[in-house]
Amino acid sequence: MDFLTQYKNALFLIAILLAQAIALAVQVRRPLDAAQPDGPSVRLIRMWAMTAVTPVERMTHAIGSGAGHAWSDYVDLRHVRQQNKELQQQLARMRIEEAAISEDALEGRRLQAMLGFRQSYVGSTVAAQVIGASGSEQSHMLTIDKGSRDGMKPDMAVITQDGVVGKLRDVFPTTAEVLEINDQSSGAGVVLASTRIRAILRGTLTGRVQIGNLTADSRIQPGEQVLTSGGDQVYPRGLPVGVVESIAPDPDHQPYTAIRVKPAVNLDRVEEVLVITGTQPDLSPGAQQDLAAAAAQHAADLNSDRLPGIYDDQTPGAAVGVNGAPHPLPVVHPDRFSSGSAPPASAMTPGAASWAQGSQSGQQPRSSQAQTQPEATK
Amino acid sequence: MMVTRNYMSRREVEQQRFSIAVTVLVPVGAVLLQVLMPRVFHGLAILDLPFVVTLFFAISRRSPIAGTATGAAIGLLQDVLTGQPIGVNGMAKAVIGYAGASLGSRIDVENNKTRSLLAFGFSLLQSFLLYLIERRLLGIRAFYLQWMHELLRAAANTALALPVCLLLDRAKHKE
Repeated sequence: MDFLTQYKNALFLIAILLAQAIALAVQVRRPLDAAQPDGPSVRLIRMWAMTAVTPVERMTHAIGSGAGHAWSDYVDLRHVRQQNKELQQQLARMRIEEAAISEDALEGRRLQAMLGFRQSYVGSTVAAQVIGASGSEQSHMLTIDKGSRDGMKPDMAVITQDGVVGKLRDVFPTTAEVLEINDQSSGAGVVLASTRIRAILRGTLTGRVQIGNLTADSRIQPGEQVLTSGGDQVYPRGLPVGVVESIAPDPDHQPYTAIRVKPAVNLDRVEEVLVITGTQPDLSPGAQQDLAAAAAQHAADLNSDRLPGIYDDQTPGAAVGVNGAPHPLPVVHPDRFSSGSAPPASAMTPGAASWAQGSQSGQQPRSSQAQTQPEATK
Repeated sequence: MMVTRNYMSRREVEQQRFSIAVTVLVPVGAVLLQVLMPRVFHGLAILDLPFVVTLFFAISRRSPIAGTATGAAIGLLQDVLTGQPIGVNGMAKAVIGYAGASLGSRIDVENNKTRSLLAFGFSLLQSFLLYLIERRLLGIRAFYLQWMHELLRAAANTALALPVCLLLDRAKHKE
């Protein structure tokens, strides 16, 4: 009894530490269900705590965003005109880029169809707002204002317009926790865009993102884009993850290299996210219409390149054609098969003598060439 | 006239008491702020407001049992909200609470210099405890200590501790 009285403080500390050590041992056992990283009791505790904290987080977020919107709406209006102009220029540039990308997509689709490749596209998304963070340097998690009542489920991919943010970890009725890709317990299957090398992307203790399972390869250079590979069954294929920032030998895991990746999304400043709630094997109807329109435009462009034009380039001294193709050099002994021997469509008259008859005399081709050659060499 | 003298230990004389509202709301508020602060500026995650509150209550109450219980409760709440295994911060802050209370009964903790030294030293101790728990107990091999970063964290926590302690001094019950 005296022993207990004398050492009650130390015994109390030991009892507290022992209880928590046992609780930790129970938690770190490998979960049976990968979608539920925590056991039922731990999940219940977290749910209670989140339920208690969420109203405060929502209120703080509402106050913060309200003040932010007031600032941007009323005080910062002087930048709107300039910003609008820049956005219009950006839109014009993107329309031009979109045409080129659509053609690439068409080609990709044709190749995939030839190979029988099955790909999943982002089918449906739910927009959510970030209302909280982990508040710790050891864990990189976000809390969003959508939960199981909104269709959220563990392991759903979370993205922004810039790229991948992470995936859902714990889902509660009205909120969910997002495990960011830079958390040390996070991982994602990726592919390097130009070299097509597949790898596994992991977060580090210091909140960085790196690829650590590749040996040294001279083809991998800083600036190379990193995309999701789709192999992890969490992130749909082709989403931007980031760009290769640096490549260095990994001193802890030789002969592998530590490829540091700069995330496409600023993970410290995420405000709104999209949760991918469903994928589909085909593109959405809207995207398919866009592709069909791009295909029609592409075919029209090809035809216009191949058919003779009514109007030729009128620029004096131009050496190249409308589409960048060089004009043929003048032939020494022209015949009816020579380029430019046919009169332009604008010079033809319906019902007139055929060009073939005229060409038999050997006069018409020369005369027509004499007419057309100066135009071609202009 | 006879003067009545009571022989009490220094700890009994200087033991501080707090109202239930302060005892409950201040730790909860500290953990909530810790969760919300990095949303404003991510660099604020280096601060550990729950640690500062744990240390303040421990050195003010000067009761190792109360310090242990307060530290464990604050740490567990922090674990629940940060998504970490429940018990990591609970164990570390329980030790901080116990050590802070044990030390607080032996030295003058009302002095700002003493408080600064305590905050700096205990912040480093907490970093070391977290390293032990993560690396040895949980077996996370990727967990390592960056001493420069931990020194910076200790300095930041010390800078935070002084105004917080001065603020919380006002919440003490005068007896």
